Amino acid sequence: MEIFTSYHNIISPLGFTTKENHSALLKDQLGVKPHNLGKLNECFCLSVIDEQKINDAYGKIKNAILFTKLEKLSILSIQDVLIQSGISLSDPKTLLIYSTTKGNIDLLDNSVKHSFPMERTYLPVMANAIGKYFNATNKPLVLSNACISGLLAIITAQRMIKAGPYDNIIVCGGDLVTEFTVSGFKSFNALSTEPCMPFDAKRKGINLGEAVSTILITKNKLAPTSMKIVSGASANDANHISGPSRTGDGLFKAVSQTLQGNKLKIDTINAHGTATPYNDEMESIAFERVGLTDSPVNSLKGYYGHTLGAAGVLETVLTIEAAHQNQLIKSGGYSEKGVSGNIQIINKHETRNIQTFLKTASGFGGCNAAALFVK
Amino acid sequence: MELNITSYCRIKNKSIFVNGKELSIPKEDVPSYFFADVYKQLEINYPKFHKMDNLSKLGIIATEAALKENDFLRRNSLEETAILLANKASSLDTDRNYQNTINNKDQYLPSPAIFVYTLPNIVIGEIAIKHKITGENAFFVCDSFDAQLLVNQAQISLTQQGTTAAICGWVDYDNGMADALIYLVEKASDSIKNINFNPLNEAILNQFYK
Amino acid sequence: MDALIEKLKGQIIEQLNLAEVKPGDIKPDAPLFGDGLGLDSIDALELIVLLEKHYGIKIQNPADGKKIFESVRSMAQFIKDQGKS
Repeated sequence: MEIFTSYHNIISPLGFTTKENHSALLKDQLGVKPHNLGKLNECFCLSVIDEQKINDAYGKIKNAILFTKLEKLSILSIQDVLIQSGISLSDPKTLLIYSTTKGNIDLLDNSVKHSFPMERTYLPVMANAIGKYFNATNKPLVLSNACISGLLAIITAQRMIKAGPYDNIIVCGGDLVTEFTVSGFKSFNALSTEPCMPFDAKRKGINLGEAVSTILITKNKLAPTSMKIVSGASANDANHISGPSRTGDGLFKAVSQTLQGNKLKIDTINAHGTATPYNDEMESIAFERVGLTDSPVNSLKGYYGHTLGAAGVLETVLTIEAAHQNQLIKSGGYSEKGVSGNIQIINKHETRNIQTFLKTASGFGGCNAAALFVK
Repeated sequence: MELNITSYCRIKNKSIFVNGKELSIPKEDVPSYFFADVYKQLEINYPKFHKMDNLSKLGIIATEAALKENDFLRRNSLEETAILLANKASSLDTDRNYQNTINNKDQYLPSPAIFVYTLPNIVIGEIAIKHKITGENAFFVCDSFDAQLLVNQAQISLTQQGTTAAICGWVDYDNGMADALIYLVEKASDSIKNINFNPLNEAILNQFYK
Repeated sequence: MDALIEKLKGQIIEQLNLAEVKPGDIKPDAPLFGDGLGLDSIDALELIVLLEKHYGIKIQNPADGKKIFESVRSMAQFIKDQGKS
């Protein structure tokens, strides 16, 4: 059985639809900007969605006051995909998978006044609130697997449709920029005060970003931009809970497993590319080990920062949109190669025939994931 | 596909059962002491254990107990063993602890050692590291123990090329309450025919979880 | 200085949750990282938190940590040099 990607949406500082986001990238616009958050007393580059834009868009939600910021952004994103596709979550053959690392974590901050019960910090409670808004028949399923959550949710959706009984799975990934995550990554010395530079020689660390992205995964080739999800896999480094394997073992394994039995040429790779020294180096080593030395590679984190649970969905959606237009998108923030693996990093927007792409992700807990998409 | 549970461990608050039999452990008031006692009793001998948060400690001791006196890791390839877990509270218990380190402007001491555990899948990473298990990973979060989800995900995972066995289950730690059921899943084969095993299905899981 | 070293040993054991390590197991001049205590990169970051929590010392450049955290003695010396002991 063949499973396809279908209609999609992105809500980020660069726009409230996939089209808006895609054209912003081609104009080299960045979502990441300096912000001074909460009690941190230090400026970091973060990608934060403009409050006014959100409030304007909230007019489209019934009883918006009943929902948290992340829930509202998720509802808007899912709504866009439901309208485009004509699919309903009340259909018993349709499931919502929600991918997030921290959900409504902002509700834990005692300096922020809100009227939501603390129960809403439980991820299933949040997902159920979103599901209820759309009269979902099936209880939404939450996947929370660090930075590979979004890509793993897409892989899981493909496998679940194959296994039955669902025909359609809406995968929505979302995370906010909060003092919680910013202070945590700061304690790891992982944050950059400038726009991040994945794979670049001068990279200094990550930017965090907020976004929600939604994609429909389905049995039917519904949308003009549909691509087939050929295969996907995950693997663990079994090395360290926060540091990636120096030799890229887990990513090598996930990519090898994904490509096994395929003779397809990989036209481009959308990597994880967080802009930490170790992560990007590890990825370059893993790609070289697999033999992907000729496939142009990019990371989109230079534009959006690391959007955590949304990243895998958002980056897949943008790579699908670019593939549809036969484009390679410049790896954001990149100018001079700063990784040892023999890989080709995309240094300008370019027109190129694209039939296939590989998407990868790696994260805390030693997890790695990869998936292969074909037109 | 016929899948079997070749060993399991149930931990409910301060009681631990391995393959249905209760282990005798002093019932401490504080769960973390209970975890430390189980750690001693099972002779786990892994100093990193003490650095883990309660969710990871719970996952590690339940897994160790299920693996004890069972040749699961020798029968199966570490590269082809998946770890698939689920719970209700995600990492919220540790999230609250971490939030406490940043709530107060005068005592603003964000701890990297706590922050790293504010993701539920870290417990998967800890189990993987301890035994060098490099197979597939997934962490699901749902309202309550969901036998149907757990059976389905194990079935799907073991259908994939490159996955032949799995460590699966429920690992929840929230507000001082521990709730876990970890079980080892293997395909029917000659190598398990001489051991006691149960078929993997919803009824069995609900019975083990009860 | 010796009293500070002994105090630090206890604080390190507590901060890094080294439950199976006794203060006597930590030699004042032995390297904290590498063999021995089995400390890792997260522990290195956590030692920065320890200095701030107990001694009010903020390490601005984490790269400085490498020298400061060479041994318990070098940590004690650093605290003394900062006039915080």
